[in-house]
Amino acid sequence: MHTTLAFPVLTALILLPLIGAIVVALLPNSRPETVKVVGLMFAVGTGALTLYVLAKFHTHTGGYQMVSKHTWIKDWGTSWHLGVDGISLFLVVLTGILFPIAILGADPHHDYKPYTAWLLLLEAGVLGSFLSLDLLLFFVFFEIVLVPMYFLIGGWGYDKRIYAALKFFLFTMAGSAFMFVGILATVALFHKATGTWTFDLVEIATSQQIGVKSARILFMSFALAFAVKVPLFPLHTWLPDAHTQAPTAGSVILAGVMLKLGTYGFIRFGLELFPEASHHYRHVLIVMAVIGIIYGAICATMQKDLKRLVAYSSVAHLGFIVLGTFALTSTSVTGAVSQMINHGVSTGALFLMVGMIYERRHTRLIAELGGIQKVAPIFAAAFTIIMLSSVGVPGLNGFVGEFLVLIGSFRTARWYVVVAAAGVILAALYLLWAYQRVFHGEPTGENKNFPELKLSEGLVLLPLIGLIVFGGIYPRPMLDRIGPSVQRILNVVDQQLLKPANPDNEALPAMEAEGEQTETTPAHTTETTEVPK
Amino acid sequence: MLAQAAGDAAGAAGAALGTATEFVGPKVDWFALSPLLVLIGGGLLLMVAAALTGRWFKGAYALVTAALAVAAGTLAIVLWHHVHDKGPINLVKGAAALDGFGIFVILVICSSVLLSALFLDGYLRREDLDGVELYALMLMSASGGVIMAMATDMVVLFLGIEILSIALYVMAASHLKRIDSQESAMKYFVLGGFSSAFLLYGIALVYGATGSTNFHKIASFLQRNVILDNGLLMAGLALMLVGLGFKVAAAPFHSWTPDVYQGAPSPVTGFMASAAKAAAFAALLRAFVILFATQARDWRPPVLVLTVLTLIVGSFLAVVQTNVKRMLAYSSVSHAGFMLVGVHAATPKGTAGTLFYLFTYAIVVLGSFGCIMLIGRTGDADHRLSAYRGLAKDKPYLALVFAIFLLAQAGTPLTSGFIAKLAVIRAAADNHSYTLAVTAMLCAVVSAFLYLRIVVSMFMADAEASDAAREKITVPFLAAVALGLALVFTVLVGVFPGPLLDLARHALPIALGN
Repeated sequence: MHTTLAFPVLTALILLPLIGAIVVALLPNSRPETVKVVGLMFAVGTGALTLYVLAKFHTHTGGYQMVSKHTWIKDWGTSWHLGVDGISLFLVVLTGILFPIAILGADPHHDYKPYTAWLLLLEAGVLGSFLSLDLLLFFVFFEIVLVPMYFLIGGWGYDKRIYAALKFFLFTMAGSAFMFVGILATVALFHKATGTWTFDLVEIATSQQIGVKSARILFMSFALAFAVKVPLFPLHTWLPDAHTQAPTAGSVILAGVMLKLGTYGFIRFGLELFPEASHHYRHVLIVMAVIGIIYGAICATMQKDLKRLVAYSSVAHLGFIVLGTFALTSTSVTGAVSQMINHGVSTGALFLMVGMIYERRHTRLIAELGGIQKVAPIFAAAFTIIMLSSVGVPGLNGFVGEFLVLIGSFRTARWYVVVAAAGVILAALYLLWAYQRVFHGEPTGENKNFPELKLSEGLVLLPLIGLIVFGGIYPRPMLDRIGPSVQRILNVVDQQLLKPANPDNEALPAMEAEGEQTETTPAHTTETTEVPK
Repeated sequence: MLAQAAGDAAGAAGAALGTATEFVGPKVDWFALSPLLVLIGGGLLLMVAAALTGRWFKGAYALVTAALAVAAGTLAIVLWHHVHDKGPINLVKGAAALDGFGIFVILVICSSVLLSALFLDGYLRREDLDGVELYALMLMSASGGVIMAMATDMVVLFLGIEILSIALYVMAASHLKRIDSQESAMKYFVLGGFSSAFLLYGIALVYGATGSTNFHKIASFLQRNVILDNGLLMAGLALMLVGLGFKVAAAPFHSWTPDVYQGAPSPVTGFMASAAKAAAFAALLRAFVILFATQARDWRPPVLVLTVLTLIVGSFLAVVQTNVKRMLAYSSVSHAGFMLVGVHAATPKGTAGTLFYLFTYAIVVLGSFGCIMLIGRTGDADHRLSAYRGLAKDKPYLALVFAIFLLAQAGTPLTSGFIAKLAVIRAAADNHSYTLAVTAMLCAVVSAFLYLRIVVSMFMADAEASDAAREKITVPFLAAVALGLALVFTVLVGVFPGPLLDLARHALPIALGN
């Protein structure tokens, strides 16, 4: 009784929005204001809890913290196993911050109750995905988020919302189908090697008992699911539709946190679970990422619709994250993780502002907008900061991640970096050009009456702009927390590559393994995380 | 007392033939047969009592039927412990056996009867068809299913199938005012007759090859002898597979499903998709996975073909339908494919997976058809997809419940459907049948499209002006209770699947009698 009772904060983090969703669903339908306030309270409460997690997090530790583990299905060896490390920490915090902002900053206009309930359910699902350390539990959350998002897009979206919602659901589910079989195969093979049934990520990842050849196939099954989610180049077609048709809050959450489920999955269930396979297939993924960077940028340049432009810019930005992840140096992976957060903040803010433009003008077509800077200078200023962060201008947060990714990847993926760097320039091109067409010049037609940023809207944007500036000027606290966990994962990758090919495992060609070791091993064992000041 | 009477009668017959030996009937463990006796006896009593008395109070037939189902289920649970402690009980000289597996299937059948009865009540009153016949027939049909679940003799198995089916033919035709209902029964009857013939011929060939219809004797024959020229046995197995494949609605023997499911009264369709399917799978599992385990190398390839075909046909053809009942008919075909994945595995894990799938699917499909029955309004005829539009505005909770059942069928996590898919795919993964596993999951994606189409219609399409004139949907109390039970089960098993998974696991091994 004298020991302090450990508060299961991570469990509470998932349950709180879930309870919120149930409470909201039970409220009377006739009072949209009450619904919004109650929903917001739960979202803010969850946000506060994520900040509590951030405060309690031990900075220089790479392992999982605040772990809680309870048996779920004993016979199958699956459990309610939650934990947070440097990689998931900021994604959790980002989720906690973006949800209240999305609830506050975007108005659904009808059916407040189901809207708020779905959003809170979505938050529970997203947090669960980031916190799960059990393969089955992760899959449960990874899949369940589709349902609320499907209803949000389909119920509160724009004209082609039903098509977009269906496409989103089916694409992701098709990807997950492979992961589903992959997870079960992983567990079966692990059982064959060790004799225990478990879905526990930590146990499977640390023992590394699965044969090389099988691990490679399994990695591909996981990678397919994540590649759809990210999305990587040939699998990205659901994204522009889903983003464009989703209601503002949906786009904010989709771009801000849900796409990160894919990139996070690549690190947690790619690098950590199948280190050798991740290394083996890194070129495939890097090529897809780099194509995505350039292709996304070119498509974004061509868009007539502002929201679609931002959607394509996400394809490009997420390409950087995947590039950094599979360049496999501590700098690049740290950069990738921080880019996940930075992209979430800046793109979330961009979608919010595009939503505000639509609220005012009922159009998102760039051609019908123009000269807004003249009539709404504060609005334009806020947009500028956010847009520049997305471009990756030094001093704002977008720069930190992209820079670390590029500099970190240069050692191991030089020529890819050269191509990817062009993407940075293209980002400046499409965003500045769009900005120019929307904000510069003389206001025409209805644009003359474009209302200025309201105080309430400003207050919603303020935390995001604050994070953009703070993250750009002083990224150290974030990188300090991400670094050790990245190092832990990369150490495992090193070990696996240095390990002589296990004769039991279907031979890894020795020549190839050696050649690759000499190429990459020195790169990230000697390196430390460098922080641009 | 009954046995005594039968013995006397036989004795009398013997005496008439002039033989001195007295006929000794097999020893019968009445207690082990009690779930079956409750269903049969209850059905008969209900029929007679209702015929002799006047009109009962509202819902009485349904409540009596539900009570009988609960009683049979409770007896089954009592027997479960008995069987668990002392091992399987052989009944009637090896013609049937009561084991954990049989009890599990009995539980599935009793749950189906319970829910169907609760749905039927409101349905019959709405359609102005109220009467006791359908309840009595349902109890009869269920007893046939129970016989199938316990049969360890080919002849008894066949008897079970016929009792189950003949009652079902009549039930399908029971909507007297709809020609569709008669048509569906006719189709079911003709095709069902064919399939019974196939099964019977298969049984005959197996008898020819092994010299017995008793499972235990066949098994020991196959263990002791290696059949060098096994053409006869193979032909028998193939024909049995056709017969049973018809009952579980496996492609290419599924073609009756859409018409029959569409035409039959919705609660009857639900019963068909749950209890009848469960009984047929029970027979399939006991006959193929256990009895012909020694021939697994021979029957697994054709079952694989059936499985893949069933999955693909079920999911792809479901997508192009425009009638919700037809959609769910095809989806039930694709679910049969998933259950066949567990059969194909031919391992204890696969069998336990199929059992678990059977139970969860039975509840979900009954709930779905219950919703369909309510949404169908008087006449139960308009099940076009467009008739479902705007339901979320009109009846938000009904729409939500239906959506949860549909998502459960799609295999969304936190519903029983997800764990069920997990259980069978896990068995396939353990066997390294990865291609089959991936095929099944991709077919699940295709079927998800179909479920989402219904959800879209309910939630995202607005009702049109012409819809305003339609009859209001009413949810009778008993139907609401049934929906609530099914919903709680679906979500609870989705979140805490442990107990039911244990139950399915402990239902093994399957006995073969003696």
